[in-house]
Amino acid sequence: MTITFQINGQSASVDVAADTPLLWVIRDAVGLKGTKFGCGIGLCGACTVHLEGRAVRSCITPVSAVAGASITTIEGLDPQGRHPLQKAWIEMQVPQCGYCQSGQIMQAASLLRDYPDPSDQNIDAVMGGNLCRCMAYRRIRAAIKVAAKEIQGNAHA
Amino acid sequence: MVRRTLIWVLAVVVLGILALFALAHRAEIQPVEPPAAASFPPEPIARGEILASAGNCESCHTTKDGQHFAGGLGIQTPFGTIYTSNITPDPVTGIGRWSEPAFARALHEGVARDGRQLYPAFPFDHFTRITDDDVRALYAYLMTRTPVNLAPPANTVPFPLNIRTLQWAWKLLFFQPGVYQPDVAKGEAWNRGAYLSEGLAHCGACHTPRNALGASKTGSSAYSGGLVDGWVAPALTSANTAPLPWSEDELYGFLRTGGTPLHGVAAGSMSEVIHVGLAKLPDADLRAIATYFADLDGAVARVGTANEVLAKAMLTSGLGTRDENDPGASLYRAACASCHYNSGSAPLATRPELALNSALTAAEPTNLVQVVLHGIGLKDGEAGLFMPPFAHLSDADVANLSAYLRRTRTDQPAWTDLEAKVAAIRRP
Repeated sequence: MTITFQINGQSASVDVAADTPLLWVIRDAVGLKGTKFGCGIGLCGACTVHLEGRAVRSCITPVSAVAGASITTIEGLDPQGRHPLQKAWIEMQVPQCGYCQSGQIMQAASLLRDYPDPSDQNIDAVMGGNLCRCMAYRRIRAAIKVAAKEIQGNAHA
Repeated sequence: MVRRTLIWVLAVVVLGILALFALAHRAEIQPVEPPAAASFPPEPIARGEILASAGNCESCHTTKDGQHFAGGLGIQTPFGTIYTSNITPDPVTGIGRWSEPAFARALHEGVARDGRQLYPAFPFDHFTRITDDDVRALYAYLMTRTPVNLAPPANTVPFPLNIRTLQWAWKLLFFQPGVYQPDVAKGEAWNRGAYLSEGLAHCGACHTPRNALGASKTGSSAYSGGLVDGWVAPALTSANTAPLPWSEDELYGFLRTGGTPLHGVAAGSMSEVIHVGLAKLPDADLRAIATYFADLDGAVARVGTANEVLAKAMLTSGLGTRDENDPGASLYRAACASCHYNSGSAPLATRPELALNSALTAAEPTNLVQVVLHGIGLKDGEAGLFMPPFAHLSDADVANLSAYLRRTRTDQPAWTDLEAKVAAIRRP
């Protein structure tokens, strides 16, 4: 069936089976490879994208569920790749192997929308579903706080 | 001697059956020339549109991707599948040749234009409460829709239940006809709410349990909760298990938007009731329905402890998000917390708080398991909020997760046979 949705501000139409995971549509049909496959059952967070502005695991989201909706992937988080989280990620040298990082950043962006000044507990709870085999958790937490400060600073400026 | 007795018995039986058919017989109401759409003034049509929305007529009388009101949707009942009728004004397959009295008789008495007794899958036991004036408006609205030539498939109700005369006996036992009578001891809003809920909106069709013959139970069983399409329709009385009271404001917010921070979002067929059905109702009517059920569920009596309950729920929200040597907590941390965790003094509207959700406090895990396995669509629940189906989790994992949430977020006894129940809901 043909399913139409918005991805990073552009309209996309794909002709795939209704139960195709959104992740495969993003990677193979649309061709954006920044979103990664991890576990395939919604338990690791590597495939996190935004659906209507909120983090969602794309590996367990059937594409039929997003008909007419708006998707944002890591490629569309900021047009120049300069989202405060992306800048903080570089500043704090967060990634090691990097595989989980686009999912981490997308989940963190959603976290900062709900909790603009997150505590350690907020970060651990919301980010707990995003696994990192390199154990970059401490740097992820620190980078989220740096980004939060920048976003709040911008809001006050 | 024996032979003579037998003949007498047989004669009585035959006469009895004939009498039954005679009593149950309802005359045909003569077909009319389909009235021209232009013959209906705009006022009743506009009001009829809102009333049809309150009655959620479209949900049953339209198939998925089918044309509005053209019928053909299969309603699964314990007695077979009943296909809904075409209620567009098509003269051959719809109600185009039905006069207004014929339409009124169907709603008020459950009898088709040709005299056939209708199955109570059509909730005439509720529609009998609708005033004549509202029936007129509904008629005007439906008769001005686009006619669709489409006959529904044949029902699969087996013999002898498909003998329509039996419906007459059913009515004799369970059907109380009559337009809604206001309760003078109650206010205007309460009565408006009761009129809509008991009649057109037919809330009890799902929220009241049914007896073995499919009739809504009465008395203290009214609104004590029912089963529909594999979901539990929660009790709308003080038996409701939501941790926080369903006050008028909470009910109104839920019915208007599909969810509230203190109760969570609508799921299952209630999503459609809210977003397709009640959506066209003016605020005053939704408020009235909220007024009625807030009285029925005794919300006022529970308001006193609400702050305490909320504070306690908020304390549980972080459970399982730290390293804990508990497989249930691990599942919660990996699958649920990123969206459901809350912090502070109250949950965010975008983060449905599990400790406040009646899916966790219900007697059975049905609704929780349904949501875990099937998720919540963007158009269900609250608009723009989405939960993906966690269908890849094994039955054991879903059972483990459900047991963990029940144990840590409620004071209720553990659910039993969880894994088997998950399997049954996954493969109905």
